[in-house]
Amino acid sequence: MTSTLPPNLTLSPDQDLGQCLAQALSSIDLPVDWVGLRGVRKRDSHYAVRDGKPQHNGRSLDQGVMVEVMVKGHIGYGATNSFEPSRILAAAAIAHQQAQAAQAWAICPSTPVIRPKVTGRYASPVRTALSALSPGDINDLLVDLCEHMAVSDRIVQTVATAVATDHETWFISSNGSDVYQRLVLIQTHFGATAQDGPVVQPRSHNGFRAHCYQGGWEYLPQTLQPEARRIGEQAVELLTAEDCPDTTTTLMLAPDQMMLQIHESIGHPLELDRILGDERNYAGGSFVKPSDFGTLQYGSPLMNITFDPTVDHEFASYAFDDTGAPASRQHLIKDGTLLRGLGSLESQTRLGVPGVACARATSWNRPPIDRMANINLEPGHESFDAMISGIEHGVYMEANRSWSIDDQRHKFQFGCEYAKLIENGKLTRTLRNPNYRATTPQFWHSLSHVGDRATWEIYGTPFCGKGEPNQVIRVGHASPVCVFDAIEVFGGAS
Amino acid sequence: MITAIPSSTAFAAQMEESFRHLSATLIDGLRPGEHLMITLVGEQSQFIRFNQAKVRQGGMVTDGTLDLTLMAQERTHSYAIPLTGQEQADIALASQAIATLRQELPTLPLDPYQVIPQGDATSHDVHHGQLLEPEQAATAILSSTGDIDFTGLYAGGTAVRGYADSVGQHHWFATESYTLDYSLFTPEGRAVKGIVAGDAWDEADYRDKLQRSAQQLARLQRPLRTIARGDYRTYFAPAAVADLLSMLSWGGVSEAALQQGRSALAALQRGDKGLSDRITLTENFTHGLVPRFNDIGAVAPMALPLIDRGHLVNTLISARTAKEYGQQANGAASHEGLRSPDLAAGTLPQQSVLQTLDTGLYLSNIHYLNWSDRPSGRVTGMTRYACFWVENGELVDPIENLRFDESLYRFWGDKLLALTDTQEFIPEIGSYGNRELGGSWVPGMLVEDFTYTL
Repeated sequence: MTSTLPPNLTLSPDQDLGQCLAQALSSIDLPVDWVGLRGVRKRDSHYAVRDGKPQHNGRSLDQGVMVEVMVKGHIGYGATNSFEPSRILAAAAIAHQQAQAAQAWAICPSTPVIRPKVTGRYASPVRTALSALSPGDINDLLVDLCEHMAVSDRIVQTVATAVATDHETWFISSNGSDVYQRLVLIQTHFGATAQDGPVVQPRSHNGFRAHCYQGGWEYLPQTLQPEARRIGEQAVELLTAEDCPDTTTTLMLAPDQMMLQIHESIGHPLELDRILGDERNYAGGSFVKPSDFGTLQYGSPLMNITFDPTVDHEFASYAFDDTGAPASRQHLIKDGTLLRGLGSLESQTRLGVPGVACARATSWNRPPIDRMANINLEPGHESFDAMISGIEHGVYMEANRSWSIDDQRHKFQFGCEYAKLIENGKLTRTLRNPNYRATTPQFWHSLSHVGDRATWEIYGTPFCGKGEPNQVIRVGHASPVCVFDAIEVFGGAS
Repeated sequence: MITAIPSSTAFAAQMEESFRHLSATLIDGLRPGEHLMITLVGEQSQFIRFNQAKVRQGGMVTDGTLDLTLMAQERTHSYAIPLTGQEQADIALASQAIATLRQELPTLPLDPYQVIPQGDATSHDVHHGQLLEPEQAATAILSSTGDIDFTGLYAGGTAVRGYADSVGQHHWFATESYTLDYSLFTPEGRAVKGIVAGDAWDEADYRDKLQRSAQQLARLQRPLRTIARGDYRTYFAPAAVADLLSMLSWGGVSEAALQQGRSALAALQRGDKGLSDRITLTENFTHGLVPRFNDIGAVAPMALPLIDRGHLVNTLISARTAKEYGQQANGAASHEGLRSPDLAAGTLPQQSVLQTLDTGLYLSNIHYLNWSDRPSGRVTGMTRYACFWVENGELVDPIENLRFDESLYRFWGDKLLALTDTQEFIPEIGSYGNRELGGSWVPGMLVEDFTYTL
């Protein structure tokens, strides 16, 4: 059986909502420099199973319009959860009032050049439509995963989750912009917790909600049972594993931990709004200075970092950001040298450094701010086996479990679910509670080996938080396996 | 025709009327054997973001989200939809959502822990305020900042919460409130954090608070002191204590987390580890800043002791957890997190903090906390904002930020030296999705041998 609100996976925009916006825009008669309307309609389906029993089954429809109005170079916004033209006009009036009231205090008056005219369409590639599986089908799959993870009576909890999203945005403006984008997004997760007395160990499918992709139900295949069994077995294995040693050694990170490493210690410090100080009161600033762009050796010459919204199926691919700026692949760091930041046209103007099309908003009710999208570490040329064979002593860690970094993105401490000791070029004993800590420049300068494309994997997360008012947004990160020299690693508390 | 944006009071009244009418319509339309729970989260909020004592972004958001949970045939399904206040459109959308839930419900697996609404609780709680006029807010806030590098967020307006169900329970909560969460920075990038919050804007109070923050900022002009990693006697100001306390909402006092191996307090419950008898934590709704009703309409006790002089005496038990584990629900929300935490004050006079600390670290704020080893209660995080090295009871130098990694069984256990004799209210300033309400009531605390690692 199929759902009653199947997303119609065509490139055609929903005429009703698009027409509502166009009608409202044509009716706005305000003395302004520029006005833009961004409509969002997001349909989610959420399925969660714990220990084989339904934990949550739910749908949601979130929709609304943000009106941005520029008065004397300053933008104010008004947002409403209705597409009804009179509500949009009321939001426009509020936006106008907000822009007028604050324009004397504007931090950096601009012109409509920060909202250029753009037209275009984008749609996620989808192989298996969201309508192909019913809620019952999806629950059956999740229950099955729980059963396959329950390999022992020491497994005290199994969870399996799937989230499907059909996310449409419309962007039209007084200077002729007309953009429609339709994203189809899938998030899946499953994991098990093993316990033996006071020892508790979680293990999951590459970390919490790391399997996030653009596409359809092809990302919840019916062939995951062996993976589920492995997760359960490894959770049990960790109960009797020795703790990660406290030492300074070679650290090898799997792509499912590199995701977090890239996100926290490259993505966030390169956000231009952090460097400009917009985020200082909340998420923080950055150790990166404006003068560093084009000059700073951020890390080892093996380090090539791209902003790449063009990767098929990666979670944060798109053709235009939420101000309409066309998005393209750009190197942020090339051969270890910092080239450009993550900043909108507005931030680029304010700071005078190159950026990318990354002004993004969580939804209709939040203004666009500088964001990561897909931030990837490009593959190198070494195979996994070749890298391992060259390590005399080290630790190989997989899947993020804990993360914390300072407000300048400098001192960090990250923990993983699962690790292996590396001895004399071989993976040997399993280690539990693996953690490491370092400072960002030290860490990236210690990058000594970058895996080849065979080791390169794509993940993502829906939980990147920043901004005032707060916003959480999806990002994608792809990376090969990497090796870092002389890193401080340690285990759990006694 | 332009629909005027209603005033705060009018917005709350309009949302209440819409919620009451829509919920009655949906409940009237239920079929035999069906149960329905309806929750509403809504707001009309103004947000102004500041940087360098200028406006970075500003606007207003009008939002309302209904969550419809339909239960029948021992199955549970939900649908969240907008509530706009446009009656016909809202009813049409809600009816469509109910039809979808009805159609999909039979395909779902049986829900053995389903909680059918029961009881006859009703409540109506409306708090009016006196907030800044939206068009005057930026000027009112920035005209007092002078040449200080002022950054932050003003968030103010009306927030509403509603609940209705098919057994006749009905709750309404509306409040007009604001928070101004700000930081003042030196040219070197050192900062002092401040928050003013409430239901009435008080210009004099704001200016006074700002002036005190500026005075603190002057103390940050001295060169930074680098502190070597190690264990230090440390004073945590109330805002820092509130951050540590918030960790208990994430795998702490939740009964489900304890049952499922996800709680840092499992060792306390088992008796393997203990906390200081100075620690008394209560879920305390007497402050009245958040609704007592939860997401299934149950009303929490006015005060529920959780930790009494170091002993875990209650956990937060939702109705669903209670059903699964054969326990008694105690009004906790589904997420079983703290909604109105109150950490009891101690005996250390506030004016004696520095003298009692003598030599060590004074932390105004901490940042980015996470469990580094949850079963052992170990938390890692960073110092942030105005943090100082103290010698002989005097603030000496601001410090370079430090990473800590320490177990709550130490800092709330045998290493806890004292709690201050007064509590501070630390407002909740989060706005993911919607403006959060309430906050925590906490004292400052003095700890011996707190562990810094980087």
